[in-house]
Amino acid sequence: MTILASIDLQTLGDAFGQGAIYALMAVGIGLVFGVLRLVNFAYGQLIMAGAYTLAYTSGWPVAASIVSCFAVVVALSLAMDRLVFRPLRSSSPAVMLVTTFAIAFLLQAVALIIDLRDGQLGQVASSIAPLNQAVSVGGVDVRKVTFVAVGVAVGALITLALVLTRTTIGLHTRAAASDFRTARLLGVRANRVIAFAVVVSGLLAGAVAVLLTVQNPFVQPDFALEDTIIVLVGVVVGGIDRLWTATLGGFAIGFVSVIVNAALPTDKTVFLPSVVYALVIVVLLLRPAGLFAWGRRAAVERV
Amino acid sequence: MPEAAALELDGVDIRYGSVTAVRELTLRVGRSEIVGLIGPNGAGKSTTLHAIMGLLPVHQGEIRLNGQPLRRRSAESIARAGIALVPEGRRIFGDFTVEENLRLGLAARRRAYMGDPLAPAFELFPILQEFRRRQAGVLSGGQQQQLAIGRALVSRPDILLLDEPSLGLAPLAVDGIFKAFTEIRELGTTILLIEQRAQRTVALANRTHVLVGGELRMTLGPGDAENTQKIIAAYLAT
Repeated sequence: MTILASIDLQTLGDAFGQGAIYALMAVGIGLVFGVLRLVNFAYGQLIMAGAYTLAYTSGWPVAASIVSCFAVVVALSLAMDRLVFRPLRSSSPAVMLVTTFAIAFLLQAVALIIDLRDGQLGQVASSIAPLNQAVSVGGVDVRKVTFVAVGVAVGALITLALVLTRTTIGLHTRAAASDFRTARLLGVRANRVIAFAVVVSGLLAGAVAVLLTVQNPFVQPDFALEDTIIVLVGVVVGGIDRLWTATLGGFAIGFVSVIVNAALPTDKTVFLPSVVYALVIVVLLLRPAGLFAWGRRAAVERV
Repeated sequence: MPEAAALELDGVDIRYGSVTAVRELTLRVGRSEIVGLIGPNGAGKSTTLHAIMGLLPVHQGEIRLNGQPLRRRSAESIARAGIALVPEGRRIFGDFTVEENLRLGLAARRRAYMGDPLAPAFELFPILQEFRRRQAGVLSGGQQQQLAIGRALVSRPDILLLDEPSLGLAPLAVDGIFKAFTEIRELGTTILLIEQRAQRTVALANRTHVLVGGELRMTLGPGDAENTQKIIAAYLAT
């Protein structure tokens, strides 16, 4: 019962906030995976670049700072596609995955060079920090950013769902994610669909950069690296071949991480990753197709 | 000088690595004609369609649409140039609704038309209109094939390529789609039909070419449909 006792409303609020942020990252990774069959390990470095943008524009009005964060992340996301993914589009998934590792390390190295110009490692994004203050809701202290995170995540997911189901570009993107070759045979423009996925994925990374920077305003080259690894695991656990299962996987691992962290005795939180990954192994043993991959019909040959 | 054919293959060689799958294939599909292409498995029929759609490179020779060469163009640009493929196995999107599948076909449309853009499919196959909100994956095989054909037609292509559309269908469903081919031709769309059902294809098409081992062996007219001996001989000729 000690576990349940340690889960109070405050922890639950934090768990929802973390789950929401990880869900956004999962959608960003899942969208690009859908159309390119590419697991973008460098997704965290997009977020890192956004966080540095926030830090370096701390003196600007908050709105201008956030807009420039989005601009940098989307531009970097597009550049990644154009310079790296497009030339490798017909390569094997293994080649593409390893390439994204290379991009991740390259971007971290570039960030390190830029960061160290002032002789100190790390920059502080101070302007948006007030969002991290707590507000009291019915006697429970909840950080403002938790509400913002949950609100942004819900809003972004609803908007994306509407775009994917109600617009032509959304239909084409879903078709490309389901069967790219047939989609192209029907005249769907591959480059347009991929650009759409890359831009949306970049916008989500920009939003995550803002939310994570509020929680942790001290920006370093490995910013969001660990989060990305955890989300990638969550996405696989949820089921990477469907956007909504990947999203749920991202949410679940963020949520569970916070709960486990709270349940562990304070001097044992160093074991948090071990506990989370042990849970992941159990899930994958029991449901290898993904935690949320239930009710999937096998392809039936119809006569 | 005759009018340019809707689709022309002129001395086309298609290779997989060093293996020649189709050799010096020349055939002509005139406007509003149905041309059949039959032959045993592995004869190079689907290979030919894939080369027309730009999925396979043409090693030698030329493929022309309305007199214009289709060299080094991607599948998506060939689709938007006016050639629609109904692929083998139908390749409908089972998780999407019938209407969404049809709207995908509009991706290759070259211009807007008055009225419901999905009308070409609904007029030919009214069942698609009735089931437009259903998931495509729950349709019967025959209805799915109608959907695949309707999806190709809504782009209002000049030419419809069909890759074994009767494969795996119940006899009644086969009757339905063969009847549709006649109606499609009457509406002015040209058809290149690949089939295993030799006799029905010969009876339907203006001309039917027999492809064996990557080479054209014989050309049959509708009058040969009852001549089973001749069709069998064409298949067996080596």
